[in-house]
Amino acid sequence: MPSTYFTAPPQWHWLIILYFFVGGIAGGSYFLAVLFDLFGRITDRPLGRLGYLIAFPLVVLCGLLLTVDLGRPERFWHMLIQSGTWRPMLKAYSPMSVGAWGLLGFGFFSFLSFLGAIGDAERSRWPRLRVLRPPRMLGALVAIVGAFFALFISGYTGVLLAVTNRPIWSDTPLLGLTFLVSSASTSAALLTLLGWRRRWAATGLHALANFDRLVLVFEFIALIALIVSLGSIAQVWLNAWGALLVLGVMVAGILIPLALHSRARVLSGVAVPVAAVLILAGGFLLRVVIVLSSEAV
Amino acid sequence: MAEPMGFFTDTTVCIGCKACEVACKEWNQLPATNGGRNTLSGNSYDNTRRLDGIHWRHVKFIEQFTPDRAEGRWLLMSDVCKHCVRAGCLEVCPTGAIFRTEFDTVVIQSDVCNGCRDCIAGCPFGVIDMNPVSGTAQKCTLCYDRMRASLEPACAKACPTDSINFGTIRELRAMAEKRVGQLQAAGEKRAYLYGADEKMLGGLNSFFLLVDRPEVYGLPPDPQIPSRNLKPSSAWSLLAAVAVGFMGIVSFRNRGGRPHA
Repeated sequence: MPSTYFTAPPQWHWLIILYFFVGGIAGGSYFLAVLFDLFGRITDRPLGRLGYLIAFPLVVLCGLLLTVDLGRPERFWHMLIQSGTWRPMLKAYSPMSVGAWGLLGFGFFSFLSFLGAIGDAERSRWPRLRVLRPPRMLGALVAIVGAFFALFISGYTGVLLAVTNRPIWSDTPLLGLTFLVSSASTSAALLTLLGWRRRWAATGLHALANFDRLVLVFEFIALIALIVSLGSIAQVWLNAWGALLVLGVMVAGILIPLALHSRARVLSGVAVPVAAVLILAGGFLLRVVIVLSSEAV
Repeated sequence: MAEPMGFFTDTTVCIGCKACEVACKEWNQLPATNGGRNTLSGNSYDNTRRLDGIHWRHVKFIEQFTPDRAEGRWLLMSDVCKHCVRAGCLEVCPTGAIFRTEFDTVVIQSDVCNGCRDCIAGCPFGVIDMNPVSGTAQKCTLCYDRMRASLEPACAKACPTDSINFGTIRELRAMAEKRVGQLQAAGEKRAYLYGADEKMLGGLNSFFLLVDRPEVYGLPPDPQIPSRNLKPSSAWSLLAAVAVGFMGIVSFRNRGGRPHA
């Protein structure tokens, strides 16, 4: 019997699952917004702005979810400051410790970009805030550094699970990769959903559709690799969790959206929002299966 | 730093009296299960069931009987935190609540812990759990407070058969090896030490004499530290980040039009 079967579950349930999902979308939306700003067309800017406007409130929500999930929520700051010495608390080899700082850093940069997006509105009351958004020099700097934090937030949660001794989580090195790719697909799906049938988003949606197709194929391959990498441990998924992974995540959350994408030549078709909703549901179910199937062992 | 201290638990002389459990709960003022309304397990004399945040010692009752119950034996083992030299819980703890003492033992500071529960997932032995009263993760401290006052831990003090031995690791290892030799000479060829040497997590400062496979006692055959996955998992994530970034640049840039800036 594998040694990971002798460990105890940490009771990470729905709040943590929701954090993994929301955090992934926050990081992914920000990253896509930066790509729009740095590599897209001028007509993509409204969709990029939407990405910044989504990211910061979701990061705040992430902080709240994590705090409420603690056994002693009033001590959330112990993650960042040593309570006895008031010195910074950072362990480079503890993903949760690095993650706490990463979340703080991402919160800071996504807040700056959020302000930049507010300033960049057509009739903004604070037009000076535009300086915080590319192509202005300061805005580009904020976006580039913020994008690194965004990618970190999208993927570190999988590394956090891997750096434990729990079944499934610590039996594969591919959880961080899978979560990061899933964050990209779900955030693209959310932006697509919010921009659907809006004239200002039309050209950006085409780019997002191309991106989502590539990422969904990558995600499917990543999930196959994840299952293979588990070896005999994958047998724990010969039950309802496995069915949910295959049917809910891989078929409904990836293959059907891919098929819908290939038929949705006219983006105003209903296939686009249906595909986006399925991708979002699949991304959520992925985290449900990964977290709860290990907790059940 | 004082000499490393720990436990040597000789399971062959444990009689399952649970004096260690009681002494531990009393000394450490651990609350009763479910406010004292505990239910019986119904399939064993073991109603504690497992180590957790309010049971820092747990006497396991392992019943090995043939189907007709004509032959059988009891394996009794007082389980406890292993106080690993390379401790998984200490590695992952993000608040610094878990620290290594001057006696080379591993202790959770309840006033620092914020209940994130990462240590529960990081422990290779399933030792740590939440204390519902304090809202923090807790486990055996090897009676750190008593040790600082030159007293032996409460469980070892209470053990009537000397199944639980307390002392310096050097002395305990010598004692354990002698006992294994004695048992093997008496015909118990299955006797061996679990976690006494450095091969297992750098050594367990709480190690055991067993007479069956570790799995039979609910112990992992090959416990690992959680950080073994840090580098490979991070490397694959980094690869994914580069790939996703590349896909994004290709999708957003290569569209037959001019970028805006």
